[in-house]
Amino acid sequence: MGQYVLRRLLQMIPVFLGATLLIFLMVNVMGDPVAGLCGDKACDAATAARLKAEFGLDRPVWQQYLTYMGNVFTGDFGTAFNGQEVTALMAASFPVTARLTLVAIVFEVVLGVTLGVLTGLRRGRPVDTGVLMLSLVVISVPTFVTGLLLQLLLGVQWHWITPSVSMAAPYDELIVPGFVLASVSLAYVTRLTRTSIAENRRADHVRTAVAKGLPRRRVIVRHLLRTSLIPVVTFIGSDIGALMGGAIVTERIFNIHGVGFQLYQGILRQNTQTVVGFVTVLVLVFLAANLLVDLLYAVLDPRIRYA
Amino acid sequence: MQGAAPARWTAALAVLAVLVPTAAGCGSRAAADGGPGVLSSSWGDPQNPLEPANTNEVQGGKVLDMVFRGLKRYDPRTGAAENMLAERIETKDSRDYAVTVKDGWTFSNGEKVTARSFVDAWNYGASLRNNQKCAYFFGYIDGYDKVHPESGKQTADTLSGLKVTGPRTFTVRLNQSFSGFPDTLGYAAFAPLPRAFFEDHAAWLKKPVGNGPYRVKSYVRGAQMSLRTWDAYPGPDKARNRGVDLKVYTDGNTAYTDLMSGNLDLSDDIPAAQLRNVKSDLEGRYVNVPAGILQTLAFPFYDGKWDRPGMEKVRTGLSMAIDREQITRTIFRGTRTPATDWTSPVLGAEGGYRAGLCGDACRYDPQRAKALVKEGGGLPGGKLRLTYNADTGSHKAWVEAVCHSINNALGDDRACLADPVGTFADYRNRISQKKLTGPFRAGWQMDYPLIQNFLQPLYYTGASSNDGKWSSEKFDDLVDRANAATDPKTSTGLFQQAEEVVRDQMAAIPLWYQNGSAGYSRRLSDVELNPFSVPVYDRIKVA
Repeated sequence: MGQYVLRRLLQMIPVFLGATLLIFLMVNVMGDPVAGLCGDKACDAATAARLKAEFGLDRPVWQQYLTYMGNVFTGDFGTAFNGQEVTALMAASFPVTARLTLVAIVFEVVLGVTLGVLTGLRRGRPVDTGVLMLSLVVISVPTFVTGLLLQLLLGVQWHWITPSVSMAAPYDELIVPGFVLASVSLAYVTRLTRTSIAENRRADHVRTAVAKGLPRRRVIVRHLLRTSLIPVVTFIGSDIGALMGGAIVTERIFNIHGVGFQLYQGILRQNTQTVVGFVTVLVLVFLAANLLVDLLYAVLDPRIRYA
Repeated sequence: MQGAAPARWTAALAVLAVLVPTAAGCGSRAAADGGPGVLSSSWGDPQNPLEPANTNEVQGGKVLDMVFRGLKRYDPRTGAAENMLAERIETKDSRDYAVTVKDGWTFSNGEKVTARSFVDAWNYGASLRNNQKCAYFFGYIDGYDKVHPESGKQTADTLSGLKVTGPRTFTVRLNQSFSGFPDTLGYAAFAPLPRAFFEDHAAWLKKPVGNGPYRVKSYVRGAQMSLRTWDAYPGPDKARNRGVDLKVYTDGNTAYTDLMSGNLDLSDDIPAAQLRNVKSDLEGRYVNVPAGILQTLAFPFYDGKWDRPGMEKVRTGLSMAIDREQITRTIFRGTRTPATDWTSPVLGAEGGYRAGLCGDACRYDPQRAKALVKEGGGLPGGKLRLTYNADTGSHKAWVEAVCHSINNALGDDRACLADPVGTFADYRNRISQKKLTGPFRAGWQMDYPLIQNFLQPLYYTGASSNDGKWSSEKFDDLVDRANAATDPKTSTGLFQQAEEVVRDQMAAIPLWYQNGSAGYSRRLSDVELNPFSVPVYDRIKVA
């Protein structure tokens, strides 16, 4: 087990280096960011040259990348153009997005799995067909439509929520945005669970459990659901990374100052330091979530072992 | 393995158990409104650190306008420069100025505002080593070339043209005559700075201290700034409310939704898509007034094809091919007005705005447009690429409409092609590297309400914002003479003559004057926008 984890951690290093290099190059291709700093006017040449030197933009790309990576390993992610440390931006935005992601995941797990079990056990019944139809609708409607619609109905028409999330972004204000963010994945989780449950109902170990005379509840939760969760966990695990980085649309609609907001602004302002820093952390989150998922397999299915 | 599993499940549950109470604990809502008399207003994250000489966009400008007062201040209604901290500014030759600062002004930390507060601030702003993006504002002051050389190291730290002559007096020597100089001093870059700015710069940036009617209570970068009325403010324009909370919005639509639901008091960024229904949505709580912003199409004169004699006919023809009336009506819903000169209505007739100076050249006339383009030798290469940046300001719609209008007039569906550039920075890059081969979007937001500001930086040979590299001896000469004239009327007249040169050569096609617009909640009254399209916060009353 320990060896397996170590091997996986070592495998992360090339992935991490490759990903950061790619992002670094992509942001660099967009051109000289200093030009965008002076509004509709041209920066005067002397100031532009000084700014370039200060941000290290006057050196060749490979040198910039090496310096950047060297700094990253000492915990220095550089400075954004507005004079703020990127680490400070991260400290402000990652907790917010983490909370939003957590709310979304809770929705996915609680609602998605429950609906999945319900429909999986009642295949072909009206409940199943109803949920199936509903999930089809949710999958086909884009997030920004769901978001804007809920915002308008709950926020402006009925005054149940405030349309935007306040600066502190506490959990209760994140419930609706979290739901919007989770909606599409929620539908997928429901469908995955449903299929998996329906398949495993006929599995040997479930039949044995039923034959042993175990109570129905115990058969479903301990024997049927546990093995059925493997594809669902895989999906949710990879979804954590997608939710954190892909919350740009939801964050914009509800004015949440999270990772999406910083990335969006970083890209618009061609702020290499911000974009590369944030994406680097997202890559790490993604890798960690994947490792966690693989380790969870062993927990869920005793037949799987890591040596 | 199987025996161990339940233990793991318990562990997972324990983690959840830890997380869930936190969820409940954070449930209490953070105070969204700052208390009685405090209004909330939409804001954008300032692009640069909030130093007066480093702020060149509206969002940072909003804060500076509340926190600072300079020697002069532009009247929010007329735009006229009036003395604020200046007791008097005297000159005999439009080159040497003697400034006397009013007595009794202090910064909100108690420090007195003296002549030195200004001189130190201006020296800081001009010095190359401080990377101030508005440094060029000090370019008229003697010694600027030493503290801010175009290349190489600076050879002086302070401007030789600035001399403190007493606690409240200092002199300014310019490197050329410039009769409008006192009127430029209302710009934020000329604000005085307290010692704290120099002594503990990092702390000052976290919480700027100035001498304006508001003081910064708290500032969370990228999220919110809370400003509260400074009760001991010595100026005549004391705030009529208790404070302003500036909230950063990533999307104007969200701010608008918040405004409609009563979660926000003031939004000065009404999205284009909402303009159609804004009046009914807000029941008339909407202001739409001219701002000192002119949108034009500039030409790449560095490209020989656009600079050869006769091309002015093609340029004029293109100008006449654009149906400004229809575009401003259908796309901008009256938040733009067709331009008929190269300045802005906010200057007023006395300030040099002359409606109709452009004459026929700005009137939609497809037949003559076609004839003129033909006379001038046709479009270079038979095609027109109209370049713009697609990331901000919803430019796509109007650029395509302009192209459509030109195509219709010329009777050629493929004459004009809209050419979007992904980001603003990349767009600026292409301009500064002279990579554009056709007309491009150029917007000009005035720095100060002077006709000089609409002409010299844009069309003078080698000027800072002369992106198309247009050059005319006649124009330069008229501008020099206008700057040297001591009588404001003569000066304005000469500037208008220079503007006529721009017209005859069609150095840039004026499109429309831009308005500032804002919507507000029922709690507010007396909401106005100044000519810089910034809300006049100190005059707003909160019910």
